[in-house]
Amino acid sequence: MNADVRAVSAAGRSARRKSRPISVTTPRKSVLLTLVMGLMLFYTLTPVAWLLINSTKTQNSLSSSFGLWFSGPFSFFHNIAATFSYGNGEFLRWALNTVLYVVLGGGGATILATLGGYGLAHFTFPGKRAVMAIIIGAIAIPGTALAVPAYLMFSKFGLTNTPWSVVIPSLISPIGLYLIWVYATEAIPSGLLEAARLDGASELRIFLSIGFRLIVPGFVTVLLLTFVATWNNYFLPLIMLSTPNWFPLTVGLSNWSNQAPSAGGQLIDNLVITGSLLAITPTVIVFLLMQRYWKAGITAGSIKE
Amino acid sequence: MAVSPGLGLTTPPHTRPRKARRSWTGWGFLGPFVVIFLFTLVAPVIYAIYLSLYRDKLIGGNSFVGLSNYITAIHDPVFHTALFHVLLLLFVQVPIMMALSTMAALALDSSRLYVASLFRMSLFVPYAVPSVVAALMWGFMYGSTFGLVANLNSAIHIHLPNPLASNYVLAALGNITTWEFVGFNMIILYSALQSVPQDRYEAAAIDGATKFQVIRAIKVPAMRRALVVALVFALIGSFQLFAEPNVLKSLAPNTIGSAFTPNMYAYNLSFNGQEFNYAAAIAIAMGIITMVGAYALQVGGMRGDN
Repeated sequence: MNADVRAVSAAGRSARRKSRPISVTTPRKSVLLTLVMGLMLFYTLTPVAWLLINSTKTQNSLSSSFGLWFSGPFSFFHNIAATFSYGNGEFLRWALNTVLYVVLGGGGATILATLGGYGLAHFTFPGKRAVMAIIIGAIAIPGTALAVPAYLMFSKFGLTNTPWSVVIPSLISPIGLYLIWVYATEAIPSGLLEAARLDGASELRIFLSIGFRLIVPGFVTVLLLTFVATWNNYFLPLIMLSTPNWFPLTVGLSNWSNQAPSAGGQLIDNLVITGSLLAITPTVIVFLLMQRYWKAGITAGSIKE
Repeated sequence: MAVSPGLGLTTPPHTRPRKARRSWTGWGFLGPFVVIFLFTLVAPVIYAIYLSLYRDKLIGGNSFVGLSNYITAIHDPVFHTALFHVLLLLFVQVPIMMALSTMAALALDSSRLYVASLFRMSLFVPYAVPSVVAALMWGFMYGSTFGLVANLNSAIHIHLPNPLASNYVLAALGNITTWEFVGFNMIILYSALQSVPQDRYEAAAIDGATKFQVIRAIKVPAMRRALVVALVFALIGSFQLFAEPNVLKSLAPNTIGSAFTPNMYAYNLSFNGQEFNYAAAIAIAMGIITMVGAYALQVGGMRGDN
């Protein structure tokens, strides 16, 4: 390649660069800003990396090696097998319990919130104003403040230490109902519902064939929120359940971690670490796969003018 | 505009059906929610208020004592310490976290980042991590036996203080909650920034506004409502802190007591002390403090609106 060609192509490049419209929407990329954000990324990912790396170590090499690098025999698969077999396979039992609570509690909460939000958005009925005020107020009531009284009440009904004591309180998601309410108000034109009514369709049929289809993105957002909320729930099951048979993963793992330092207890840090990794994998994967849903929905209600 | 006592939430603009169809049909949709809502939220509140007005005595049994449990709480130094811990987190940790979230949201919105989508996705990941696991991970890393702190000490021959010692344990805890929620708040603020119409920026560019003027005059006001909502979430989270200190307790039994936060106090009063009446009073008191704080935040945040 000779000098002339190089000069021409360089001129062409700079001409192209000049001709690119200087827009406020596409400013030049900044290396410095990217590096600063890189620090934050490092802070965010370090504990996850630590968990991944240390799930490959044996109990012995855990304490004798640098935390952020691999060491000793690669025992990742051995740790997973040991996590599932320890204590008569209680980890698997806890995982299945968690799935049960997520499906019944989180799934149920999403269905109730969807029905209720749709009802608030498109119907006028006696007592509506009171219901609206109470539900909006309830969003600020922290669930954990109610856990102790709920326990006392549930124990009167003989519901404590059963799966129901975890599932029933999980069924209510005021913030989920609020999001669907906002979403259904915006996404479903009420004229469409009126037209269907004039055609003589039943209200349930109108909901299933018209209303629900238009609010699917809001539905998925709320499903994600309740999925994470029930999967990660700790305080409620800790209070309600006393036998390990019904524990979810969160309570089970913290029990394992408590048992380790106790006198005479076998050290099982490697199992706590591997179990933690297994416990976060489903929620992290689901969240990353469903990005576009929660991004739109999570703030739809909160930033509306 | 209906303003709730809770979050900065308002009732959605109501699209009234053309003929006001005032019938009971709506209850068919809302009924299931309301029934369970009454059973799991309203009933426990009422029951807790009832409990908080009584006291179980060894002699004489259950008797009405009025506000006596609340007065006990006002003079209870254990409760004061627990409340002080969460207030300290609220006034120190939350502003630091919000500043980080705001800067990250502005950086994402500036379109000046390489691989912006990587940042947007990764920074949000901790929200999907259970608080129990977050506390376990950081607890291990803080540890002096095989944690990173011990590693650093032996690798570069320094003596970092033990993060779980009593002087630092609140900072250690604040770091965990910051880690968990900085990305969540970033997303809330970032979404608010994304809703700014493009022509506002074009108009500012025509007027020759500098980058900082754009941030100050357009972006910060656009984030304000979202910031109030994020702050209310953070306030509720701080006042109700339980899982993280309760998990760390086994690693630092000498610095994290059984009444480290108000919620831990209420929990231990109930389940280790059988003092259900007093625990209910603490729970209700914390609920009231939370609602008052949320309301004050909202009123303060909305000032200057319209």
